[in-house]
Amino acid sequence: MQESLVKLTDVTFNYGNSSVLKDITLTVKPGEFWALIGPNGSGKSTLIKILLGLLKPNKGSVELFEEPISSVSHKERVGYVSQKSNSFNRGFPATVLEVVRSGLTKKTGLFKRFSKADTEAALNALMEVDMREFADRNIGELSGGQQQRVFIARALAAKPELLIMDEPTVGVDQQNSASFYSMLEKLNRDNGIAIILVSHEIDLVTDLASHVACLNRTMHFHGGRRDFAKLNDNDLSRWYGHSVRLVHQKEGDPSND
Amino acid sequence: MIDALFTYEFLQNAFFSGLIIGVIAPMLGLFIVVRRLALIADALSHVSLAGIAGSLYLSQQVLFFAGLNPIYLGMAAAVGGSLLIERLRRVYRNFEELAIPIILSAGIGFGAIFISLAKGFGSDLVGYLFGSVSAVSRQDLLVVSILAVGVFAFIYLFYKELFTLSFDADYSQASGIKGRGIQMFFMVLTALVIGASMRIVGILLVSSLMTLPVAAAIQVAKSFKSAMLLSILFGEISVVTGLFAAYHLDIAPGGTIVVTAIVILLLVLMGKRLAGQSTSKRKGEVL
Repeated sequence: MQESLVKLTDVTFNYGNSSVLKDITLTVKPGEFWALIGPNGSGKSTLIKILLGLLKPNKGSVELFEEPISSVSHKERVGYVSQKSNSFNRGFPATVLEVVRSGLTKKTGLFKRFSKADTEAALNALMEVDMREFADRNIGELSGGQQQRVFIARALAAKPELLIMDEPTVGVDQQNSASFYSMLEKLNRDNGIAIILVSHEIDLVTDLASHVACLNRTMHFHGGRRDFAKLNDNDLSRWYGHSVRLVHQKEGDPSND
Repeated sequence: MIDALFTYEFLQNAFFSGLIIGVIAPMLGLFIVVRRLALIADALSHVSLAGIAGSLYLSQQVLFFAGLNPIYLGMAAAVGGSLLIERLRRVYRNFEELAIPIILSAGIGFGAIFISLAKGFGSDLVGYLFGSVSAVSRQDLLVVSILAVGVFAFIYLFYKELFTLSFDADYSQASGIKGRGIQMFFMVLTALVIGASMRIVGILLVSSLMTLPVAAAIQVAKSFKSAMLLSILFGEISVVTGLFAAYHLDIAPGGTIVVTAIVILLLVLMGKRLAGQSTSKRKGEVL
């Protein structure tokens, strides 16, 4: 059994002379659900890019599946849903199934065509997000919430151990966003997929996640939800640099159960 | 034309080259259009013009070039242009589309200089600009056939990578797909196809054959696969109809091929509109 899926140790990243992340340390274990919160420009998306191996830190080490990130060849073990996913070209002529199956491109490998098993895996991923009956529909015909479920299915198709999502509900209405989050909770609980979710909806995601990381250039807090709930609004306001008020809707902390 | 097709070699060359280009141009064009890079084909065809004009000018000056098929220098120029576009897109990361007008202007600029230096090329140049049924040689047909094998193999082997890159480039990068090499190879193939197609369709119209059948196909296709098949079908209808018309009317095939493609596009748009009206009417009756 792996001890950690992600291990960041003293990670520092600068864009030119400006410091974006400083001495970030974070460990994500199998089955954990992390909410990554912080104000705009706090370095959340940069941290995600570092986790995906798209940016190289100036200092510190990044390990995925207990290996240095540079030597991880099976990137399909990480599913990714980007902030920009639902800003795709809506006129793109593709069915939902074609989009979801594209999540298997890396896993299938170069010079190989998709097999029947790949199509089955894509259909199963659609079933996980309750979108199986939309498989043959054109992706542009779906609502924002449905499209976001399709992008989750694309990330799930390769059966990842870790799902990283960068503000996946941007542009999705409140009702669809709530049902989207409950689907994530189910995926984490029933399938044991570890999740790192970047979001601005602090109340919602901190009530949903088992762990919270609060970032604003440096890591101000990382730990279980129960410990996060003990914080007062002043702490959070200080870290955010403006007034923040938390309204918790849930009790308890599954991470400490 | 059918009888003549069995009799005249030049007609066979034009017809079979046309049939092949009618498949490979829209096939590549689909990936270009869905990535909103339709003008790349225009830029590359204008760079080909510079290559062709350069070759025709040099053929007046240097004996070696007199025996060289100008299509080769046209293809080489297009490949050079495609690599420069890729380079410029990285230089202008936030204004990627700027790469296209820069290369397009360079192509026209060099083309105009070579044409002026040579004091014009008469009917030769007109053939390259608008295509010609009689100018396609056996050698041209061979070049187009070899290119077609390359395009089919490339799309067969990299279909899933090309789809993923076209749909969501950020996701492709994050999932570790080596997109840069594939994109570069795709651009080089596109440039070669543009260079090789100019004999039949003409430099000024070759980009239309890459985009118009695709523009019609994406109006009605639900899936990417069906968009590709429909693009090829519309491309083939345009080429065959255009070549027949050009032969019988004794005019440039580039014009007739492109006008046929435009007629197809208009018919598809009208058909879609009519289908939409009848659907909403049926819905109204139900309500």
